[in-house]
Amino acid sequence: MYIVIVGGGKVGRGAARDLIRIGHEICIIERDSDTAWSINHEMGMVALVGDGAEVHVQQAAGMNRADVVVACTGRDQANLAVAQTAEIRFAANKVIARINDPRNERVFRALGFHNVISATTSIVNAIEQEVHAGIESLARLTQLASTSFVLTEQIVPPLAAAVGRNVRELNLPPGALLVLVVREDEDARIPGPQTTIHAGDVVIAVTESQHAPALRAALTGEG
Amino acid sequence: MSNPRRAGKRVVIMGCGRLGSTLAGELDQEGHHVTVIDIDPAAFNWLDDDFRGDTVIGQGEDADIQRAAGVPDAQVFLALANGDNRNAMAVQVAKHIHGAPRVVARIYDPERAEVYRQLGINVVNPTTILDRMVREVAFAPDRANQTG
Repeated sequence: MYIVIVGGGKVGRGAARDLIRIGHEICIIERDSDTAWSINHEMGMVALVGDGAEVHVQQAAGMNRADVVVACTGRDQANLAVAQTAEIRFAANKVIARINDPRNERVFRALGFHNVISATTSIVNAIEQEVHAGIESLARLTQLASTSFVLTEQIVPPLAAAVGRNVRELNLPPGALLVLVVREDEDARIPGPQTTIHAGDVVIAVTESQHAPALRAALTGEG
Repeated sequence: MSNPRRAGKRVVIMGCGRLGSTLAGELDQEGHHVTVIDIDPAAFNWLDDDFRGDTVIGQGEDADIQRAAGVPDAQVFLALANGDNRNAMAVQVAKHIHGAPRVVARIYDPERAEVYRQLGINVVNPTTILDRMVREVAFAPDRANQTG
């Protein structure tokens, strides 16, 4: 694909590096000539010096043949201008806009831009997920009688290696037994060896207390 | 502010430079209620001493600053700061977030001005206006020769 990236800071540059590595053609529009020089020094001639919100600069960058336009400067008003000119003037197929101030997410969405990336929001979500993963998601529902067994509850995260696998294929610790899989909009089921695990499943299991971390790893580990 | 003689419109102006401050003073004199937003408090020195409107310090494209400046209750929002991108974003926030019935943006770049017109925004483009005026003055028939 041909991808035009406006803004050659850490974000634009990092994205360009990865996209070039997997075989895409890139043009970075960067207004600071020193930064553009440094990008070209690292990645070959991919950077163009100019104001990426100016139509003639966008033209020079070949925005009319771009498959994707990424607006990722550090200024939201510039990213909005890039996104809107790309859509109106160049009928860009896909525009991705970076949002610096998370409060502007609402503004971009109100203006019809749904492909928005807010670093702050992403980091906040990631932190929340980590907090949940570490503390809440392996909730020990109860200790069973006076044994060393506990009843646990685990939510399967979207990136877990377990997603899409059968119960039989999971690397469960010895003695652990999955007793119930609760899936949104479906009846709870008692899983068999062939039951496939989905992202977001709530898995209730019995395990020996000492194997609880291994059970958690089996259900949430990213492979 | 509650003076009954002042039955004018509520106008919010972003950008207190030469244009913004001049317009603010005139609209104030005409009986409108004017609020001016600028990021630089020193910019308010451009306003006349007898300016009766309000001033708000902050980024005029920020939805929260616009709310503080009364944009949700304003009839007119004018974006007259120096940056095209900033003005364009500000009028769209005023229109689509706060529901301002009439917004106008100053956009210097004629190409971008056209893009925003297509998005339904009222745009004033000083470059094309001045281009026309300069041509009219520079190439007008010489009056001295005409009358002579």
